[in-house]
Amino acid sequence: MTNKEYQQYVERKKPKPTYFKNTLSAFIVGGLICLLGQIIRNFLFRFGLDEKTVSTATSILLIFLGSFLTGLGIYDKIGKVGGAGAAVPITGFANSIVSPAMEFKREGFIFGVAARMFSIAGPVLVYGISSSIIVGILYLLLTRGG
Amino acid sequence: MAIKKIGKQTVKLQNPPSIIGTATIVGPKEGEGPLKDYFDIVLEDDMWGQESFEKAEAKIQEEAIKLAISNANLSTSDIDYLFSGDLLNQITSSSYTARQLEIPYFGLYGACSTMTESLSLGAMAIDGGFANYVVCATSSHFSSAERQFRFPLEYGAQRPLTSQWTVTGAGATVLSATGNGPYITYITTGKIKDYGITDANNMGSAMAPAAIDTITQHFQDTGYSPDDYDLIITGDLAAVGKKILLDLMGKKGYDLSKNYTDCGVKIFDGVEQDTHAGGSGCACAAVVFNGYIYKEMIKGNLNRVLLVATGALHSPISTLQGESIPGIAHAVTIDNSLN
Amino acid sequence: MEYIKAFIVGGLICVIGQILLDTTKLTPAHILVSFLVSGVVLGAIGLYEPIVKFGEAGATVPISGFGYSLSKGAIEGAKAKGIVGAFMGGLEAAAGGISAAIIFGYIMAIVSNPKTKN
Repeated sequence: MTNKEYQQYVERKKPKPTYFKNTLSAFIVGGLICLLGQIIRNFLFRFGLDEKTVSTATSILLIFLGSFLTGLGIYDKIGKVGGAGAAVPITGFANSIVSPAMEFKREGFIFGVAARMFSIAGPVLVYGISSSIIVGILYLLLTRGG
Repeated sequence: MAIKKIGKQTVKLQNPPSIIGTATIVGPKEGEGPLKDYFDIVLEDDMWGQESFEKAEAKIQEEAIKLAISNANLSTSDIDYLFSGDLLNQITSSSYTARQLEIPYFGLYGACSTMTESLSLGAMAIDGGFANYVVCATSSHFSSAERQFRFPLEYGAQRPLTSQWTVTGAGATVLSATGNGPYITYITTGKIKDYGITDANNMGSAMAPAAIDTITQHFQDTGYSPDDYDLIITGDLAAVGKKILLDLMGKKGYDLSKNYTDCGVKIFDGVEQDTHAGGSGCACAAVVFNGYIYKEMIKGNLNRVLLVATGALHSPISTLQGESIPGIAHAVTIDNSLN
Repeated sequence: MEYIKAFIVGGLICVIGQILLDTTKLTPAHILVSFLVSGVVLGAIGLYEPIVKFGEAGATVPISGFGYSLSKGAIEGAKAKGIVGAFMGGLEAAAGGISAAIIFGYIMAIVSNPKTKN
């Protein structure tokens, strides 16, 4: 068998994911987390705060929730069931920062916790911030240059 | 002159060593699995009072080796060589264990094939007249492996159905130049086989070609066939790799359907324990062999076994660099009699 | 009413992620980064705004919403302070969330230990 033939053979032999169940679970878990975000938003608006503050405060509260559930050892169970429904919301971002922070505590607070904290979420910051800078610069070029 | 070499990759031992003592220590999850009554010690807590998973794994390996030596009615100073290895960077579990035991030590890296790699080298050391007593051991730990190869424990990623569960535990075998069996009679050393599988979550498929190659070569070198064995068992191909091996060996003309299984499939109840494809890790073959297989051989329920531990020789860095996963499989024949 | 919209929009965005996870070789990391950058790009060309107006939290809670707020912040920064503002704007908008993640991550690391999976 050639390498390619074996790889195709392996693809055929692989157990297929339970597509429907996974999709439904992702929909429900992701939807519920966003629903919770909406509840928090509406609640904060009652204090007469502006849009920007409410948005940021909602993010902070959801990040706290994701961090807390990770600390309690619950978020990984949510992720097991919800898949992308737990990874895509901002609570998943928190989980990806808190879980390595907790894990690498054994290697100390400088080289463990602090150094490894962004080992999973790092790309989110790098690509997010970099692409936003490019957007800002393009905006300037297109509005002032044009 | 290689007078004991037969065929291309096999050695027929002329002074087959006997297994005179074994020990197995496993974590709580393994202790709830189908083989739970075969293990010497089942831990209630996989940290075993230690500060880190790595230190716990070293302690598990150390205690397993000490227990095996004591089961053989020997003391550590009687042992000529220790052959051991594990999955962690720089095989620290084994080295820190060897530090405590003060036995002349050969550290090995065969990933999950370490059990048979160590049995192969240990048996050769005795057969060649280099040692009277040898200990062959290995260990793995779910949490220390996860944090090195995959993700932090609390990370919420979903595991695909092909993924395997690293066994927490250690197994040790004491080999002696004198004894009444079970004997190690043949050793077939594997070559690395890599068919380009890059998915580290599907290791069974990556390692199956190596197992197929070694087992086929073993039959060709020795002239034996599948029916000459009570049990042919691979280390950790698990459910997916096992299917592939049965299918492809069948296509080569070897029917293994009657007496072949895999340690990764036997150690966990895939459904009840949600371990997806099955167990993996160096300890998988080690505890299934030193616990279940050895005890069944002593009872006489199994008399001739071909143990083929399988290893995936990638690293976290090699997969990130786009390299595929090379596999290896080492086979040893364990026989209750010398006929 | 907006609760139902948030639930559905958020759920659907996650479903796209799940389908990508199950049918392609993409890993969670690939999906997070691509959703994030999609949010930045769609936000920049004005296509994410209507999704936010309709779905509110359903659009802002997923990581694409984080991308959207990054690009909105960068554009506002560019408007206000030119090129320096383009550099500052994105990170400024995300500052609250990032700071929260860092401090809560650190606190959780002090207070709790990872538990063995079973």
